[in-house]
Order: sequence, then structure tokens, then C-alpha cells
Amino acid sequence: MGQLTVEDIELILETAESLKEISEREIKKVPTLRGKSVVHFFYEPSTRTRTSFEMAAKRLSADTVSLSASGSSMVKGETLIDTARNLQAMNPDLIVLRHSSGGAPHLLAKEVKAGIINAGDGINEHPTQALLDLYTIKERKGRIKGLKVAIIGDIAHSRVARSNIIGLNKMGAQVTISGPPTMIPLQAESLGVKVVHNIAEAIEDRDVIMMLRIQLERQSKILFPSIREYATFFGLNKEVMKRAKKDVIVMHPGPINRGVEIASDVADGPYSVILDQVANGVAVRMALLYLLIGGARSDNLD
Amino acid sequence: MTIWIRDGKIVDSVRGVVQKRDIIVERGRISRIPKPGAFKEKGPKLRIIDASGKIIVPGLIDMHVHLREPGHEYKETIATGGKAAVAGGFVGLACMPNTDPINDTSAVTEFILRQARKSNLVKVYPIAAITKGQKGENLTEFGDLRRAGVEGVSDDGFAVSNSEVMRRAIEYARYYDLVVISHCEDTNLSEDGVMHEGVVSTQIGLRGIPAASEEVMVQREISLARLTGCPVHIAHVSTAGSVQLIRRAKEEDVPVTAETAPHYFSLDHRAVIGYDTNAKMNPPLRTPEDVEAIKRGLAEDVLDVIATDHAPHSPLEKDLEFDRAAFGIIGLETALPLTLALVEEGVLSLPEAIKKLSYNPATILGVNGGSLREGGSADLAILDPKQEYTLKAGDIQSKSKNSPFIGQPLKGRNLLTMIGGRIVWKRAREHLGG
Repeated sequence: MGQLTVEDIELILETAESLKEISEREIKKVPTLRGKSVVHFFYEPSTRTRTSFEMAAKRLSADTVSLSASGSSMVKGETLIDTARNLQAMNPDLIVLRHSSGGAPHLLAKEVKAGIINAGDGINEHPTQALLDLYTIKERKGRIKGLKVAIIGDIAHSRVARSNIIGLNKMGAQVTISGPPTMIPLQAESLGVKVVHNIAEAIEDRDVIMMLRIQLERQSKILFPSIREYATFFGLNKEVMKRAKKDVIVMHPGPINRGVEIASDVADGPYSVILDQVANGVAVRMALLYLLIGGARSDNLD
Repeated sequence: MTIWIRDGKIVDSVRGVVQKRDIIVERGRISRIPKPGAFKEKGPKLRIIDASGKIIVPGLIDMHVHLREPGHEYKETIATGGKAAVAGGFVGLACMPNTDPINDTSAVTEFILRQARKSNLVKVYPIAAITKGQKGENLTEFGDLRRAGVEGVSDDGFAVSNSEVMRRAIEYARYYDLVVISHCEDTNLSEDGVMHEGVVSTQIGLRGIPAASEEVMVQREISLARLTGCPVHIAHVSTAGSVQLIRRAKEEDVPVTAETAPHYFSLDHRAVIGYDTNAKMNPPLRTPEDVEAIKRGLAEDVLDVIATDHAPHSPLEKDLEFDRAAFGIIGLETALPLTLALVEEGVLSLPEAIKKLSYNPATILGVNGGSLREGGSADLAILDPKQEYTLKAGDIQSKSKNSPFIGQPLKGRNLLTMIGGRIVWKRAREHLGG
């Protein structure tokens, strides 16, 4: 998101809006990207993002190839640069990269001519998630500028948070972050956000609440003592929601941990737009594919 | 044969002066340091080196390098590291034990010294591991290693996390006059980190290594040195907090000495933006405020030594994703210009700067050298402090080219290095006569 201008973001969101309708048709396919090839290179496991990109590419008639780390030569010890050179030799138009290392798309971009879409790199960025979140906010609220957004959870280790903060700031929203102090990065204010200690206070008077997924498998040992305690003090439940605005929307990038960072009745409740986010993800990714390899423009997106 | 180095200025670090003097070298030693015009001999056996406009310094000594041999000869060997050293003006290197096998027995030490003799360039001062296998558990045989030729002990690359082991190491090392060099890092705090934890890591989404991971260990070493009265040398100081701790310890006469590396006063953590793996080292590049504190620490003699932490890596370890790449950069060929930049900036006088690159490390290691004196071995370097150039990968003598300074403008260059009266390096196309 760091590389995108406000105009770029607006163009992507407008394009997504016009393409969204394709996914609602009986025959969900247009020939726009016929003859173009897209490599989905997922070094890290992913269900939502990967399926969403696949759907988007197929609905635009691009040929897609999927690679995962476990099924690729990466397990045989090939470096990312070598894999990139081999992919380049097959001359794809676009590579969608998900990688566990921050900055990996930058490394790949030096080696290949194809455009690159960052589908999440380490704890750095997840720009397409931020774009679909922006789209969803705009769809629901009619605007982004001037809105108050709270992002709650493990900000320090979240690429979703970092990309959303950058994107929301660019589009003129005010972002507040909150979570256990162990999950707030050092000098967080330098990201252009307000840090609020208490989560109930953080969601009060906000137009949008964005919950982050807690990675139970990796972090439960040190960053917080137990899931039970996390759910009690940092989870979004009905009780906390009483402090929220009546027209608030609740977002979550998925996959959700029911009963941990978000209670089921909130996730499935009237404020929730979680499934809209997923639907919009396809439209936003179609827009990106179209803009990067469908028209005249061709450059990298991060 | 007699060598007459004439019309240059010599740096006397011990007395803190730069003066016009000639140097006469006979039988590998400096026989006289006459005033200009005082030496008048002629003859076929006289070789003249014209050093007009140049600076003559004692041969530099780097007390912290990784020569990679044995085990990682594809990155560097004692011979190629020696070549990089003499190109950079160094005549002596203390090499860290994290080779394969680790230098934790006299057999490895003897091998290193044999390879050094074979390459016949720089003097090599092996540093052995403090603990067997650098595992932090059992002490290596300091006495046996001393006898084989080591000058110090260090588990560099790792900290000795068990404080009791470290206490016993510094006590025991004193019996053999071995310097104990501490790599200060609390690895529980730094675990998974790949750059300094601060505003840049927050913005570019890389895991951080907090300044505290260095500082808590610096404080521990100071406490142990105070407790035992035995000296400790702190390796590669990178933070303002460490400088402050060492300053206070020195004021209280705790026997502690310290070094920093040129990159800690030349670059800060913003160099990581763009994910250049040549900006990845351990300890990491810190904040601009830390850089200023390091400079102040050098100026106030809190930091005694400038050592390079020369850490050669091949593209196999560096052309990778940032968090998978190895820590470390080469430094032997850039230490001099980067240090001279501090002189230009007014942080250090020229004699002070050279002292931290020669006399002080020699003294801490307990080896000869580090000054130009009549009767001493003719180990020296002739510099052009004004020469400006851009560092090119092709000019680097080290086998590895992992330097963030490639493509950067530098000022100040070593033209000639002499060890024991023998010219071991002379920069091509420089007219020095001789």
C-alpha cells in the first residue's frame, strides 16, 4: 500500500465496482484476460486469498497456475531468486506472491519482468486485503474520508493492520489501534495512528471496527497468558459492543477464531460485514488483474 | 637493503601528534625516524619511497574479524582475508572462533596459524572459543590454547548466556593473560529479530532486535568485571545505552574496554528500507541517535577500539529474503575511509582515530605493534587521506563482496602496506617511487 497513490486506490475501487457485477451473473466469466497467464505463488498456506485470486483470474479468463512451497522446488532447497528466474523463463504476465518473509516481493521484482502482486509478505503488508477492506467500507459507508476506524488485536505482527493503516490514512480516515501492550509495536504513533489502551474505549464512537485474527498456534505463550484471558479482555463481544455506535460495521480479515477475538453473535450479527469482505475480495482482485495486465498499465503493486 | 620513506607525515598516536618525518627501514625494522633533510645517504642499495603529501601510520590491527577458515573457505580464507586486510592497511587480525570446526582446541588454533604462515601476509591472532562448541556450557582449555598461540577467547556470534560460566571464564582467563571478548546479546529478547526494533521496523514490518538485548548483557559483563576485578572487552557496541553503561563503568574504574565497528557510526537503521541484506548485521544498525552516541563514545574514549567485525558471506547467504539472509558485512577495506570521515567531521583527531585502529587494539590483545618507533618492526601503511573514489565490487580483495558501501563515495585510501619491512600491498597506478 506504501506505493499506491490516492488516485491509484480510487481507480482500483472504481474498477472493482464495475467488475463486481460479473460475479453476480449466471455465466460468471468475461474474456478480458484471455491469453494472459497468472502464476499464483503461495509460499505460505492460504485458503481465502488464494481462492479469491483464482476466482478473480478465472472470471476474467486468464490462465492460472498455482504453486505452493510444499509442492515446489523450494522444499528441494531452491532459493526464491532461482525460482523467480525459472518462472520468468516461462514468461508469465503476472505473479501473485504470498511469502512468509517481509520484503520478498521486492526481491522477486528485481528478478522478473512480470508484474507482481503482493498477496501478503511476512508481517509487512497485505495490500489486497486492505484494498478490499477499503472497498467494503466505502460500499457500506459511502465514503472513507473522515471516518473513524478502530483496529484491534495483534498490530505488531499483522500485515493486515499495517496495510490498512497505510491505506486508511491515505484515504483520509482516522485510525485508532488497541490491543494488549505486548501486541502494540514500538513507536506505533509513527504509523499515523492513535494508540488507545482500553479496547472498549477504542471502539467507542468509531464508524468501523476491524478485528485481527489471533494466531493461537504461535503466540499464546508469551504475548498473552491464555486464550481465555484474551477472549475476556480483548475479545469483541455483545457486552463491549454496547459501547459502539449504532451504525458501526464490524470487519475481520478471516479466518475467525470464534469465541476468541470475536464472539459468534457479533461475527454473525447485524453489524458484521465479514462475508461482504470476502465477496468484495474477488471484485477487487479482478480490478487489480484488469488494471495491471488487461490495459496499458503494467507495473508492480505493493 | 635500506628503505627510505621520505617527505611524508607520520602519525604518532601515542604522543598524539602528526609531524613531518622520514622513516628509514633496515633489516625489517624502523632504524631511524629522522627529520626531513637529515638523512642524506645514497647508493644502489637504497630504495626510496616518495611519501610527499601522504600520511604514514602504524600498521592497523583489527581485533575482530571472521576469516572463515577452516570450514567456510568459499566465503573467505586466511589468505584472501589477509589480502583484504593489507589492502585496507591492516597488518594484524584477531580472528573469531566460529569456524567449522570451531576453534576450541589447540589443533584448530595450530591449523589457523599454519595457514597464516603459509599465506605469509598479515599476522593472525587466533581467538578461541570461551566454551566448547560455543555452547555456553563448559570452558575450553585456555592454557592449552594459549600455548598453541591464541591471544583471547570469545564465543562471538553467541553470548555466554549462563552468568556463572562467564564469571568463571573471565576469572580463569586472567591467569593466562587472555582477553575475554564478549558478544553482548540476550537471545531471548532478540530471538527472530532481523533489524533494530524501532520506528523503521514498525513501518516496514520486520521483526525487531531491541537495544535492550545488547544493553542487559553489557551491564552483566560490567557487573562481573566489577565483582571479579578481571577485565572484559565488549565487542561491537551499537547502542547509546551501552555507551552510557561503559562510560559509567570506566568512571568507576571497572576494568572494561570496548570496541565499535565502522558501520555503527556510518549507517543507521534506515539503510534497511528496501530490504538490502547488506544492511543486515548483528547487532543491527541502530537509530541516528545511537550513531551520534557511538561517535561521542569514540571521542570521549569510552570506546577504545574500532574493529571491523569483517564477516564475509557469499550470495548463497545474502541473495535471499531479508529474514533468511545471514547477518554481517565485510569491513577490512572500508574501515579506514569510514574512520577518516570521523576525522573530517571533527569527531576524532587523526592520531586518535589511528590509535583506535592500531595501538589500542594491540594493547588490549597484548600483542606488539600499533606504533611507529625506532627499533620496532617496520609495520606501517601509507595513506592518501584526500583521495576520493567510489567503491567498486571489482576492487574488493576479500573473496566476498557483501558490503553496503559498494557504489558509495569514499574518501581516504591506503596506498601501501609494509610488514616487517616487506611491501605486502601496493595500490596499482600510484606513483610512490620505489
